Amino acid sequence: MQEKAIAPVPPRHRLTTRLWHWINALCLLILLMSGLTIFNAHPRLYWGEYGANADHAWMAVGSSDRIGYLRLGEMHIETTGLLGNWQDSDGRTQTWAFPGWATIPSYYSLADGRRWHFFFAWIFSLGLALFMIRSLWNRHIQKDLRMGRDEWRPANIWRSIRDHSRISAIQQSTGKPYNIVQKLSYIGVIFVLLPLMIMTGLTMSPAMDANWPFLTELLGGRQSARSVHFIAAFLLVLFFLVHLLMVLLSGPLRQTRAMITGGKGTGGGE
Amino acid sequence: MTIFTRRQLISSAAIGGGSLLSGCDALTRNAAFQDILASAETANFAVQRALGDRMELASEYRATDLSPVFRANGTRDPGTSDYRASAAQGFANWQLRLTGLFVRPQIFSLVALQSLPQRTQITRHDCVEGWSAIGQWTGVPLKILLDIAQLQASARFLVFHCADRLGGRPYYESIDLLDGFHPQTILAHRLNGQPLPVANGAPLRLRVERQLGYKHAKYVTGVQAVASLAGIGEGKGGYWQDVANYEWYAGI
Repeated sequence: MQEKAIAPVPPRHRLTTRLWHWINALCLLILLMSGLTIFNAHPRLYWGEYGANADHAWMAVGSSDRIGYLRLGEMHIETTGLLGNWQDSDGRTQTWAFPGWATIPSYYSLADGRRWHFFFAWIFSLGLALFMIRSLWNRHIQKDLRMGRDEWRPANIWRSIRDHSRISAIQQSTGKPYNIVQKLSYIGVIFVLLPLMIMTGLTMSPAMDANWPFLTELLGGRQSARSVHFIAAFLLVLFFLVHLLMVLLSGPLRQTRAMITGGKGTGGGE
Repeated sequence: MTIFTRRQLISSAAIGGGSLLSGCDALTRNAAFQDILASAETANFAVQRALGDRMELASEYRATDLSPVFRANGTRDPGTSDYRASAAQGFANWQLRLTGLFVRPQIFSLVALQSLPQRTQITRHDCVEGWSAIGQWTGVPLKILLDIAQLQASARFLVFHCADRLGGRPYYESIDLLDGFHPQTILAHRLNGQPLPVANGAPLRLRVERQLGYKHAKYVTGVQAVASLAGIGEGKGGYWQDVANYEWYAGI
């Protein structure tokens, strides 16, 4: 039942937005999973310039006496079966930090994990740069993500947050301009978190450190950059989970179709 | 309107997830796909060399920035009888051989290397695994040795031969001439003001500060100048490159 538009209605999602959305989704999934392989090589995080086994880690995953654990500061959380001590698909006990179902490849290979990571890091970075340029050029950012003074009123922000917990409000929101929470999330992800992932990734490179030492200075050291890289990755996972939940609650088929074919009307997609 | 039951959704997600993973594993084992992934190395190398001054120095630190413990990795003791015997006499008989495409191949004793001009630098060692340690290194700049032995015009790479074996194979590494002549590229014999410990590569280890730790060959016995890496080991330029898919260029 496809309606023929008489006057050309601009699609809800522009072609560049749609293309980038799916390329980016694939890249982020692969970057996350290959990144967890890389993390497994040394599952400890530090603050500052240096950090190795003898130094204090603010976060560590490990295994002792067949018990997997996650240590956060002074907090010790048992994670057997999930982190640090888990069974692989052949029923063998493994003591790598993240389990095989969460990593690429599913077995431990730092060299292969790095190859996946750096190849898709290039696609992700070029894709993000092109999307940013195109979206500023076609005024997608200025038109759809711009926030008026009215929207910054605390009452409006609060209502928007509350609306995200009410299914009826979520369902009514489709097809409408983005609300303040959506705008802040998208701006936060596109202009803060994603560039931060690239920046912290580059900071871990010894050659980049020689070329652009300001990166290390800005982030307070290579190990701080590695920690921020990891935290920002999990903020992106959090964004993805909320994003997915909102799509599921607001009509997953229509929303997914709109992100593939473009859909009708301006703004309002999750 | 229920199109999928919850059970169907969960099981198809599990199957989908499982086939995604096994698909990734199959791709990882596919030689053609590996070549595609490895093209990122070419891009990293080209871009990192194009940025800034090609002889840009790695950051150097103050004595107060040193790691309390400098972690050792890889071989911690070559363990051969020759090595043990040499260590017992303070490596007095250790030799560094400059072979291959040199105009004047050389053999240096440890004392001879120590009597040449030295460089001391406090730098951050970045392991491919993710950890870092800051240490103070003292050694002879490789450039001084290259100037003495003089490269032939056809030389393109410097291969470092080592006294240790990993998994039965001799460890080796290689760098190009740009890194070979870089002022921070030294053959270090001291760490934090002390003779280099066995675990960190005594008596001589390479420091090539703009690359990851596995390039910093330990227990160095020879520097071979070559036109191509093809004839050395399995031809990929280093132990880890030969046995796994580690990149020859380790700037990231």
